[in-house]
Amino acid sequence: MSVLRPLDKLPGLNTATILLVGTEDALLQQLAEAMLKEDCTSELKVHLAKSLPLPSNVNRPRIDLIVFVVNLHSKHSLRNVEESLHHVDAAFFLGKVSFLATGAGRENHCSIHRNTVTKLAHTYRSPLLFCDLEIEDFRATMAQRLVRMLQICAGHVPSVSALNLLSLLQNSENPSLEDL
Amino acid sequence: MVEIRRSQDSFRGISSICPWKSHSRDGSSAKEMDETVSEFFRRTILKIPLTEMMTILKTWNFLSENQLQTVNFRQRKESLVQDLVLLCEENRASLNDAALLDIIYTQFHRHQKVWDVFQMSKGPGEDTDLFDMEQFKSSFKKILKRALKNVTVSFRDAEENAVWIRIAWGTQYRKPNQYKPAYVVYYSQTPYAFTSSSQLKSNLPLLGQTFETHNSTTPLQERSLGLDINMDSRIIHENKTEKERVQRVTQEIFGDYPQPRLEFAQYKLETKFKSDLNGGILAEREEPLRCLVKFSSPHLLEALKSLAPAGIADAPLSPLLTCIPNKGMNYFKIRDK
Repeated sequence: MSVLRPLDKLPGLNTATILLVGTEDALLQQLAEAMLKEDCTSELKVHLAKSLPLPSNVNRPRIDLIVFVVNLHSKHSLRNVEESLHHVDAAFFLGKVSFLATGAGRENHCSIHRNTVTKLAHTYRSPLLFCDLEIEDFRATMAQRLVRMLQICAGHVPSVSALNLLSLLQNSENPSLEDL
Repeated sequence: MVEIRRSQDSFRGISSICPWKSHSRDGSSAKEMDETVSEFFRRTILKIPLTEMMTILKTWNFLSENQLQTVNFRQRKESLVQDLVLLCEENRASLNDAALLDIIYTQFHRHQKVWDVFQMSKGPGEDTDLFDMEQFKSSFKKILKRALKNVTVSFRDAEENAVWIRIAWGTQYRKPNQYKPAYVVYYSQTPYAFTSSSQLKSNLPLLGQTFETHNSTTPLQERSLGLDINMDSRIIHENKTEKERVQRVTQEIFGDYPQPRLEFAQYKLETKFKSDLNGGILAEREEPLRCLVKFSSPHLLEALKSLAPAGIADAPLSPLLTCIPNKGMNYFKIRDK
Protein backbone atom coordinates (compact mmCIF):
# COMPACT_ATOMS: atom_id res chain seq x y z
CA MET A 1 0.00 0.00 0.00
CA SER A 2 2.74 2.41 -0.81
CA VAL A 3 0.70 4.51 -3.19
CA LEU A 4 -1.42 7.34 -1.90
CA ARG A 5 -4.96 7.22 -3.14
CA PRO A 6 -7.40 10.08 -2.76
CA LEU A 7 -10.56 8.23 -2.02
CA ASP A 8 -9.49 5.12 -0.18
CA LYS A 9 -10.72 6.40 3.16
CA LEU A 10 -13.83 8.00 4.49
CA PRO A 11 -13.53 11.68 5.26
CA GLY A 12 -13.49 12.84 8.87
CA LEU A 13 -16.31 15.07 10.02
CA ASN A 14 -15.51 18.63 8.99
CA THR A 15 -11.84 17.69 8.77
CA ALA A 16 -9.47 18.79 6.04
CA THR A 17 -6.00 17.28 5.88
CA ILE A 18 -3.10 18.59 3.87
CA LEU A 19 0.16 16.77 3.28
CA LEU A 20 3.27 18.87 2.74
CA VAL A 21 6.14 16.99 1.15
CA GLY A 22 9.61 18.50 1.07
CA THR A 23 13.17 17.98 2.32
CA GLU A 24 13.49 21.13 4.36
CA ASP A 25 11.66 20.44 7.53
CA ALA A 26 12.04 23.90 9.02
CA LEU A 27 10.28 25.54 6.08
CA LEU A 28 7.45 23.02 6.15
CA GLN A 29 7.04 23.49 9.86
CA GLN A 30 6.79 27.23 9.52
CA LEU A 31 4.29 26.96 6.69
CA ALA A 32 2.21 24.52 8.73
CA GLU A 33 2.15 26.87 11.68
CA ALA A 34 1.15 29.77 9.44
CA MET A 35 -1.72 27.74 8.03
CA LEU A 36 -3.00 26.77 11.43
CA LYS A 37 -3.10 30.41 12.45
CA GLU A 38 -5.79 31.05 9.87
CA ASP A 39 -9.39 31.31 10.94
CA CYS A 40 -11.13 28.39 9.37
CA THR A 41 -14.47 26.74 9.82
CA SER A 42 -12.96 23.37 9.01
CA GLU A 43 -10.76 21.46 11.35
CA LEU A 44 -7.34 21.51 9.80
CA LYS A 45 -4.66 18.89 10.03
CA VAL A 46 -1.21 19.26 8.54
CA HIS A 47 1.02 16.29 7.85
CA LEU A 48 4.66 16.89 7.10
CA ALA A 49 6.75 14.36 5.24
CA LYS A 50 10.23 14.42 3.90
CA SER A 51 9.36 12.09 1.05
CA LEU A 52 6.96 9.44 -0.12
CA PRO A 53 6.05 6.70 0.43
CA LEU A 54 4.70 7.42 3.86
CA PRO A 55 5.32 4.91 6.61
CA SER A 56 2.66 2.25 6.48
CA ASN A 57 0.81 0.83 9.48
CA VAL A 58 -0.01 4.32 10.60
CA ASN A 59 -3.55 5.42 11.15
CA ARG A 60 -3.91 8.63 9.26
CA PRO A 61 -6.88 10.56 7.99
CA ARG A 62 -7.78 10.90 4.34
CA ILE A 63 -5.47 13.32 2.61
CA ASP A 64 -7.31 16.02 0.72
CA LEU A 65 -4.45 17.97 -0.79
CA ILE A 66 -0.77 17.24 -1.37
CA VAL A 67 1.67 20.09 -1.80
CA PHE A 68 5.13 19.22 -3.05
CA VAL A 69 7.63 21.84 -1.90
CA VAL A 70 10.71 22.37 -4.03
CA ASN A 71 13.52 24.65 -2.92
CA LEU A 72 15.00 26.20 -6.05
CA HIS A 73 18.33 26.44 -4.23
CA SER A 74 18.61 22.70 -3.86
CA LYS A 75 18.73 20.03 -6.55
CA HIS A 76 18.39 17.56 -3.72
CA SER A 77 14.91 18.86 -2.94
CA LEU A 78 13.83 18.60 -6.58
CA ARG A 79 15.09 15.05 -6.92
CA ASN A 80 13.30 14.13 -3.73
CA VAL A 81 9.99 15.46 -5.04
CA GLU A 82 10.44 13.72 -8.40
CA GLU A 83 10.95 10.40 -6.68
CA SER A 84 8.06 10.92 -4.30
CA LEU A 85 5.67 11.62 -7.17
CA HIS A 86 5.88 7.96 -8.19
CA HIS A 87 4.06 7.01 -5.04
CA VAL A 88 0.98 9.05 -5.74
CA ASP A 89 -2.00 7.55 -7.49
CA ALA A 90 -3.03 9.21 -10.77
CA ALA A 91 -6.43 10.13 -9.35
CA PHE A 92 -4.78 12.60 -7.02
CA PHE A 93 -3.76 14.73 -9.95
CA LEU A 94 -7.33 15.80 -10.55
CA GLY A 95 -6.92 18.95 -8.57
CA LYS A 96 -5.60 17.50 -5.31
CA VAL A 97 -1.92 18.05 -5.95
CA SER A 98 -0.05 21.30 -6.13
CA PHE A 99 3.59 22.29 -6.44
CA LEU A 100 5.19 25.06 -4.43
CA ALA A 101 8.55 26.50 -5.40
CA THR A 102 10.46 28.54 -2.87
CA GLY A 103 13.65 30.54 -3.12
CA ALA A 104 13.01 32.28 -6.43
CA GLY A 105 13.64 35.64 -4.83
CA ARG A 106 17.34 34.94 -4.31
CA GLU A 107 18.25 34.25 -7.88
CA ASN A 108 21.98 33.91 -7.37
CA HIS A 109 21.36 31.00 -5.01
CA CYS A 110 19.09 29.16 -7.43
CA SER A 111 20.52 26.00 -8.89
CA ILE A 112 17.24 24.94 -10.46
CA HIS A 113 15.80 26.89 -13.31
CA ARG A 114 12.21 28.11 -13.05
CA ASN A 115 11.38 26.28 -16.25
CA THR A 116 12.33 22.98 -14.69
CA VAL A 117 9.64 23.19 -12.05
CA THR A 118 7.20 24.70 -14.52
CA LYS A 119 7.69 21.70 -16.79
CA LEU A 120 7.31 19.34 -13.87
CA ALA A 121 4.02 20.91 -12.84
CA HIS A 122 2.85 20.88 -16.43
CA THR A 123 3.71 17.20 -16.80
CA TYR A 124 1.54 16.39 -13.82
CA ARG A 125 -1.19 18.81 -14.89
CA SER A 126 -1.08 20.51 -11.53
CA PRO A 127 -0.80 24.12 -10.46
CA LEU A 128 2.53 25.62 -9.52
CA LEU A 129 2.77 28.29 -6.86
CA PHE A 130 5.79 30.45 -6.16
CA CYS A 131 6.45 31.72 -2.69
CA ASP A 132 9.58 32.58 -0.71
CA LEU A 133 8.68 30.66 2.40
CA GLU A 134 11.48 32.27 4.37
CA ILE A 135 9.75 35.61 4.30
CA GLU A 136 7.05 35.78 6.91
CA ASP A 137 4.58 37.95 5.05
CA PHE A 138 4.75 35.93 1.84
CA ARG A 139 4.45 32.77 3.85
CA ALA A 140 1.32 34.05 5.61
CA THR A 141 -0.31 34.95 2.31
CA MET A 142 0.54 31.56 0.85
CA ALA A 143 -0.82 29.90 3.95
CA GLN A 144 -4.13 31.67 3.43
CA ARG A 145 -4.26 30.48 -0.16
CA LEU A 146 -3.44 26.93 0.78
CA VAL A 147 -6.11 26.85 3.47
CA ARG A 148 -8.69 28.00 0.92
CA MET A 149 -7.51 25.41 -1.61
CA LEU A 150 -7.57 22.75 1.07
CA GLN A 151 -11.13 23.53 2.03
CA ILE A 152 -12.20 23.23 -1.60
CA CYS A 153 -10.33 19.95 -2.05
CA ALA A 154 -11.95 18.57 1.09
CA GLY A 155 -15.33 19.45 -0.31
CA HIS A 156 -16.11 22.01 2.35
CA VAL A 157 -16.91 24.81 -0.05
CA PRO A 158 -20.33 24.38 -1.60
CA SER A 159 -20.50 24.05 -5.37
CA VAL A 160 -16.74 24.22 -5.90
CA SER A 161 -14.83 21.02 -6.33
CA ALA A 162 -11.13 20.31 -6.65
CA LEU A 163 -11.58 19.75 -10.36
CA ASN A 164 -13.36 23.09 -10.78
CA LEU A 165 -10.51 24.78 -9.03
CA LEU A 166 -7.98 23.03 -11.20
CA SER A 167 -9.58 24.16 -14.43
CA LEU A 168 -9.86 27.70 -13.06
CA LEU A 169 -6.16 27.76 -12.21
CA GLN A 170 -5.11 26.20 -15.50
CA ASN A 171 -6.99 28.74 -17.58
CA SER A 172 -4.90 31.54 -16.15
CA GLU A 173 -1.66 29.83 -17.11
CA ASN A 174 0.64 31.43 -19.61
CA PRO A 175 -0.33 30.03 -23.03
CA SER A 176 3.32 29.87 -24.10
CA LEU A 177 3.71 26.98 -21.71
CA GLU A 178 2.78 24.69 -24.59
CA ASP A 179 5.88 25.80 -26.43
CA LEU A 180 8.22 24.54 -23.72
CA MET B 1 74.34 44.86 36.82
CA VAL B 2 71.61 47.37 36.39
CA GLU B 3 72.79 50.94 36.92
CA ILE B 4 70.71 53.01 39.24
CA ARG B 5 69.25 55.95 37.41
CA ARG B 6 67.90 59.01 39.14
CA SER B 7 64.43 59.00 37.76
CA GLN B 8 61.22 57.04 37.97
CA ASP B 9 63.26 54.15 36.72
CA SER B 10 65.27 54.03 39.87
CA PHE B 11 62.41 52.41 41.75
CA ARG B 12 62.35 49.59 39.24
CA GLY B 13 66.14 49.45 39.14
CA ILE B 14 66.37 48.72 42.84
CA SER B 15 63.82 45.96 42.77
CA SER B 16 65.60 44.10 40.04
CA ILE B 17 68.76 43.88 42.16
CA CYS B 18 66.95 42.99 45.33
CA PRO B 19 64.16 40.63 44.45
CA TRP B 20 63.16 40.02 48.03
CA LYS B 21 62.12 43.61 48.58
CA SER B 22 58.35 43.73 48.80
CA HIS B 23 57.91 45.80 45.73
CA SER B 24 54.24 46.56 45.51
CA ARG B 25 53.39 44.85 42.28
CA ASP B 26 49.86 46.00 42.34
CA GLY B 27 50.68 49.60 43.17
CA SER B 28 47.99 49.78 45.81
CA SER B 29 50.23 51.24 48.47
CA ALA B 30 51.81 53.76 46.10
CA LYS B 31 50.31 57.22 46.05
CA GLU B 32 49.93 57.09 42.30
CA MET B 33 49.41 54.08 40.14
CA ASP B 34 52.67 52.47 39.15
CA GLU B 35 53.77 53.62 35.72
CA THR B 36 54.04 50.04 34.46
CA VAL B 37 50.51 49.25 35.60
CA SER B 38 49.28 52.42 33.97
CA GLU B 39 51.01 51.48 30.74
CA PHE B 40 49.54 47.99 30.97
CA PHE B 41 46.08 49.50 31.31
CA ARG B 42 46.71 51.76 28.35
CA ARG B 43 47.85 48.94 26.13
CA THR B 44 45.09 46.58 27.21
CA ILE B 45 42.33 49.12 26.62
CA LEU B 46 43.91 50.11 23.31
CA LYS B 47 43.57 46.51 22.10
CA ILE B 48 39.79 46.59 22.53
CA PRO B 49 37.96 47.44 19.30
CA LEU B 50 35.73 50.50 19.63
CA THR B 51 32.64 48.44 18.82
CA GLU B 52 33.26 46.22 21.84
CA MET B 53 34.50 48.93 24.20
CA MET B 54 31.29 49.56 26.11
CA THR B 55 30.38 45.88 26.39
CA ILE B 56 33.78 44.90 27.73
CA LEU B 57 33.98 47.82 30.16
CA LYS B 58 30.52 46.97 31.48
CA THR B 59 31.46 43.31 31.87
CA TRP B 60 34.57 44.38 33.75
CA ASN B 61 32.39 46.43 36.05
CA PHE B 62 35.29 48.37 37.53
CA LEU B 63 34.37 51.85 36.33
CA SER B 64 30.99 53.00 37.53
CA GLU B 65 28.10 54.03 35.30
CA ASN B 66 28.61 57.64 36.31
CA GLN B 67 32.27 57.53 35.46
CA LEU B 68 31.60 55.95 32.08
CA GLN B 69 29.06 58.65 31.34
CA THR B 70 31.68 61.34 31.76
CA VAL B 71 33.73 59.88 28.94
CA ASN B 72 33.22 60.82 25.33
CA PHE B 73 33.23 57.54 23.43
CA ARG B 74 33.14 59.21 20.07
CA GLN B 75 36.54 60.87 20.28
CA ARG B 76 39.74 59.56 18.75
CA LYS B 77 40.71 56.23 20.23
CA GLU B 78 44.01 57.44 21.72
CA SER B 79 42.24 60.23 23.60
CA LEU B 80 39.47 57.89 24.71
CA VAL B 81 42.03 55.44 26.06
CA GLN B 82 43.81 58.26 27.89
CA ASP B 83 40.56 59.31 29.54
CA LEU B 84 39.79 55.75 30.58
CA VAL B 85 43.26 55.23 32.04
CA LEU B 86 42.87 58.42 34.07
CA LEU B 87 39.61 57.06 35.46
CA CYS B 88 41.36 53.82 36.37
CA GLU B 89 44.01 55.81 38.20
CA GLU B 90 41.31 57.71 40.07
CA ASN B 91 39.88 54.41 41.22
CA ARG B 92 43.32 53.24 42.27
CA ALA B 93 43.16 50.32 39.92
CA SER B 94 45.58 47.57 40.73
CA LEU B 95 47.47 45.15 38.57
CA ASN B 96 44.88 42.53 39.40
CA ASP B 97 42.14 44.74 38.02
CA ALA B 98 44.13 45.14 34.83
CA ALA B 99 44.70 41.40 34.65
CA LEU B 100 40.96 40.86 35.00
CA LEU B 101 40.32 43.24 32.12
CA ASP B 102 42.85 41.30 30.07
CA ILE B 103 41.02 38.05 30.84
CA ILE B 104 37.72 39.55 29.74
CA TYR B 105 39.27 40.80 26.51
CA THR B 106 40.68 37.34 25.86
CA GLN B 107 37.32 35.70 26.59
CA PHE B 108 35.76 37.90 23.94
CA HIS B 109 38.57 37.02 21.54
CA ARG B 110 39.16 33.43 22.49
CA HIS B 111 38.89 32.29 18.92
CA GLN B 112 41.97 34.28 18.03
CA LYS B 113 44.13 32.12 20.23
CA VAL B 114 45.44 28.64 19.63
CA TRP B 115 44.46 26.29 22.43
CA ASP B 116 45.97 23.00 23.53
CA VAL B 117 43.82 20.51 25.35
CA PHE B 118 45.02 18.42 28.22
CA GLN B 119 43.19 15.51 29.70
CA MET B 120 43.97 14.59 33.24
CA SER B 121 43.86 11.02 34.34
CA LYS B 122 43.64 9.64 37.80
CA GLY B 123 46.51 7.62 39.10
CA PRO B 124 45.70 4.18 40.47
CA GLY B 125 44.27 4.16 43.94
CA GLU B 126 43.40 7.84 44.07
CA ASP B 127 40.13 8.90 45.57
CA THR B 128 37.63 11.19 43.99
CA ASP B 129 37.65 14.32 46.05
CA LEU B 130 34.83 16.75 46.09
CA PHE B 131 35.82 19.80 44.12
CA ASP B 132 35.84 23.20 45.77
CA MET B 133 36.46 26.10 43.41
CA GLU B 134 37.79 28.54 45.98
CA GLN B 135 40.13 25.99 47.44
CA PHE B 136 41.37 25.12 43.98
CA LYS B 137 42.07 28.74 43.16
CA SER B 138 43.94 29.46 46.35
CA SER B 139 46.12 26.37 46.21
CA PHE B 140 46.77 26.85 42.49
CA LYS B 141 48.03 30.34 43.20
CA LYS B 142 50.08 29.19 46.17
CA ILE B 143 51.81 26.44 44.26
CA LEU B 144 52.78 28.71 41.41
CA LYS B 145 54.00 31.46 43.68
CA ARG B 146 56.07 29.04 45.67
CA ALA B 147 57.71 27.72 42.57
CA LEU B 148 58.29 31.04 40.85
CA LYS B 149 58.72 34.21 42.81
CA ASN B 150 57.63 36.50 40.06
CA VAL B 151 54.28 35.45 38.74
CA THR B 152 50.87 37.11 38.47
CA VAL B 153 47.93 34.77 38.77
CA SER B 154 44.36 35.94 38.21
CA PHE B 155 41.07 34.08 38.04
CA ARG B 156 37.70 34.69 36.50
CA ASP B 157 34.78 32.31 36.79
CA ALA B 158 32.90 31.47 33.63
CA GLU B 159 29.93 29.41 32.53
CA GLU B 160 29.50 25.74 33.30
CA ASN B 161 31.86 25.43 36.25
CA ALA B 162 34.74 26.77 34.21
CA VAL B 163 37.47 29.05 35.48
CA TRP B 164 39.76 31.19 33.39
CA ILE B 165 43.25 31.51 34.83
CA ARG B 166 45.66 34.12 33.61
CA ILE B 167 49.34 33.65 34.39
CA ALA B 168 51.97 36.24 33.69
CA TRP B 169 55.41 34.71 33.97
CA GLY B 170 58.53 36.34 35.29
CA THR B 171 61.87 34.93 36.26
CA GLN B 172 63.72 35.00 39.50
CA TYR B 173 65.04 38.45 38.78
CA ARG B 174 62.48 39.89 36.43
CA LYS B 175 58.95 41.03 37.06
CA PRO B 176 56.23 39.15 35.27
CA ASN B 177 55.81 40.05 31.64
CA GLN B 178 52.18 41.15 31.50
CA TYR B 179 52.18 41.24 27.74
CA LYS B 180 52.75 37.55 27.14
CA PRO B 181 50.50 35.82 29.61
CA ALA B 182 49.42 32.23 29.48
CA TYR B 183 45.77 31.26 29.84
CA VAL B 184 44.34 28.12 31.29
CA VAL B 185 40.66 27.35 31.10
CA TYR B 186 39.68 24.58 33.43
CA TYR B 187 36.26 22.96 33.44
CA SER B 188 36.10 21.71 36.97
CA GLN B 189 33.55 18.95 36.37
CA THR B 190 35.71 17.42 33.67
CA PRO B 191 39.27 16.18 33.36
CA TYR B 192 40.00 18.70 30.65
CA ALA B 193 42.00 21.88 30.71
CA PHE B 194 42.75 24.20 27.81
CA THR B 195 45.93 26.18 27.67
CA SER B 196 47.18 28.93 25.48
CA SER B 197 50.55 30.49 25.94
CA SER B 198 52.48 33.06 23.99
CA GLN B 199 55.82 31.76 25.13
CA LEU B 200 57.62 29.81 27.80
CA LYS B 201 56.27 26.39 26.96
CA SER B 202 58.71 25.16 29.57
CA ASN B 203 56.27 26.26 32.23
CA LEU B 204 53.63 23.80 31.10
CA PRO B 205 54.89 20.88 33.23
CA LEU B 206 54.59 23.16 36.24
CA LEU B 207 51.00 23.87 35.33
CA GLY B 208 50.45 20.17 35.06
CA GLN B 209 51.71 19.67 38.57
CA THR B 210 49.43 22.30 40.00
CA PHE B 211 46.51 20.36 38.64
CA GLU B 212 47.50 17.11 40.23
CA THR B 213 45.53 17.49 43.39
CA HIS B 214 42.46 18.74 41.64
CA ASN B 215 41.63 16.40 38.84
CA SER B 216 38.16 15.08 38.61
CA THR B 217 36.80 11.92 37.14
CA THR B 218 33.23 13.08 36.96
CA PRO B 219 32.02 12.19 33.50
CA LEU B 220 31.17 15.03 31.15
CA GLN B 221 27.65 16.23 31.69
CA GLU B 222 25.44 14.84 29.05
CA ARG B 223 23.79 17.34 26.88
CA SER B 224 21.30 16.49 24.28
CA LEU B 225 20.49 18.91 21.51
CA GLY B 226 17.02 17.64 20.98
CA LEU B 227 14.80 18.59 18.12
CA ASP B 228 12.34 21.33 18.82
CA ILE B 229 9.26 19.22 18.13
CA ASN B 230 6.27 21.43 17.62
CA MET B 231 3.68 21.73 20.30
CA ASP B 232 0.67 21.94 18.01
CA SER B 233 -0.94 18.54 17.82
CA ARG B 234 -2.55 19.33 14.50
CA ILE B 235 0.87 19.11 12.86
CA ILE B 236 1.99 15.55 12.37
CA HIS B 237 5.49 14.60 11.32
CA GLU B 238 5.26 11.53 9.15
CA ASN B 239 8.96 10.79 9.12
CA LYS B 240 9.67 11.03 12.83
CA THR B 241 11.80 7.89 12.83
CA GLU B 242 13.83 9.19 9.94
CA LYS B 243 14.32 12.52 11.67
CA GLU B 244 15.47 10.74 14.79
CA ARG B 245 17.85 8.62 12.76
CA VAL B 246 19.34 11.69 11.13
CA GLN B 247 19.70 13.36 14.52
CA ARG B 248 21.38 10.28 15.94
CA VAL B 249 23.78 9.89 13.03
CA THR B 250 24.68 13.58 13.17
CA GLN B 251 25.30 13.34 16.86
CA GLU B 252 27.48 10.26 16.41
CA ILE B 253 29.62 12.00 13.84
CA PHE B 254 29.78 15.51 15.22
CA GLY B 255 29.16 15.09 18.93
CA ASP B 256 27.06 17.30 21.16
CA TYR B 257 29.33 20.25 21.61
CA PRO B 258 30.10 23.16 19.31
CA GLN B 259 32.51 22.36 16.53
CA PRO B 260 36.00 23.83 16.23
CA ARG B 261 35.89 27.02 14.28
CA LEU B 262 37.03 26.52 10.73
CA GLU B 263 36.52 28.89 7.86
CA PHE B 264 37.25 26.91 4.77
CA ALA B 265 38.06 23.53 3.32
CA GLN B 266 39.48 22.84 -0.11
CA TYR B 267 39.30 19.72 -2.22
CA LYS B 268 41.42 19.17 -5.32
CA LEU B 269 40.35 16.36 -7.57
CA GLU B 270 42.51 14.82 -10.25
CA THR B 271 41.04 12.01 -12.22
CA LYS B 272 41.20 10.54 -15.65
CA PHE B 273 38.01 10.52 -17.64
CA LYS B 274 36.18 7.20 -17.42
CA SER B 275 33.56 6.19 -19.89
CA ASP B 276 31.54 3.10 -20.67
CA LEU B 277 31.36 4.06 -24.29
CA ASN B 278 34.27 3.10 -26.44
CA GLY B 279 36.21 5.98 -27.82
CA GLY B 280 35.21 9.56 -27.52
CA ILE B 281 37.57 12.49 -27.34
CA LEU B 282 37.85 12.63 -23.59
CA ALA B 283 38.49 8.92 -23.17
CA GLU B 284 41.79 9.16 -25.02
CA ARG B 285 42.97 12.14 -23.06
CA GLU B 286 46.21 11.54 -21.19
CA GLU B 287 46.02 14.55 -18.97
CA PRO B 288 43.80 13.99 -15.95
CA LEU B 289 40.83 16.25 -15.41
CA ARG B 290 41.25 18.68 -12.56
CA CYS B 291 38.63 20.15 -10.34
CA LEU B 292 38.78 22.39 -7.30
CA VAL B 293 36.00 22.79 -4.77
CA LYS B 294 36.34 25.23 -1.95
CA PHE B 295 33.90 25.50 0.93
CA SER B 296 33.94 28.65 2.97
CA SER B 297 31.79 29.76 5.85
CA PRO B 298 32.07 31.81 9.03
CA HIS B 299 31.77 28.50 10.84
CA LEU B 300 32.19 25.66 8.36
CA LEU B 301 31.93 22.66 10.65
CA GLU B 302 28.75 23.88 12.33
CA ALA B 303 27.30 24.48 8.88
CA LEU B 304 28.16 20.91 7.82
CA LYS B 305 26.68 19.58 11.05
CA SER B 306 23.39 21.33 10.33
CA LEU B 307 23.10 20.10 6.73
CA ALA B 308 21.39 16.78 7.41
CA PRO B 309 19.00 17.97 10.14
CA ALA B 310 17.97 20.84 7.86
CA GLY B 311 17.14 18.40 5.10
CA ILE B 312 19.68 19.86 2.71
CA ALA B 313 21.77 16.70 2.57
CA ASP B 314 21.35 13.06 3.45
CA ALA B 315 22.84 11.61 6.58
CA PRO B 316 25.51 10.36 6.94
CA LEU B 317 27.48 13.01 5.13
CA SER B 318 30.34 12.13 2.87
CA PRO B 319 33.39 11.06 4.88
CA LEU B 320 35.38 13.59 2.90
CA LEU B 321 33.55 16.28 4.84
CA THR B 322 33.29 14.60 8.21
CA CYS B 323 36.91 13.54 8.45
CA ILE B 324 38.15 17.11 8.79
CA PRO B 325 38.40 17.24 12.61
CA ASN B 326 39.75 13.69 12.86
CA LYS B 327 42.46 14.13 10.30
CA GLY B 328 43.18 17.68 11.31
CA MET B 329 43.32 18.62 7.63
CA ASN B 330 41.31 20.94 5.53
CA TYR B 331 43.21 20.71 2.27
CA PHE B 332 42.59 17.52 0.38
CA LYS B 333 43.96 16.07 -2.86
CA ILE B 334 41.86 13.32 -4.28
CA ARG B 335 43.49 11.16 -6.91
CA ASP B 336 42.64 7.98 -8.72
CA LYS B 337 43.75 4.88 -6.88
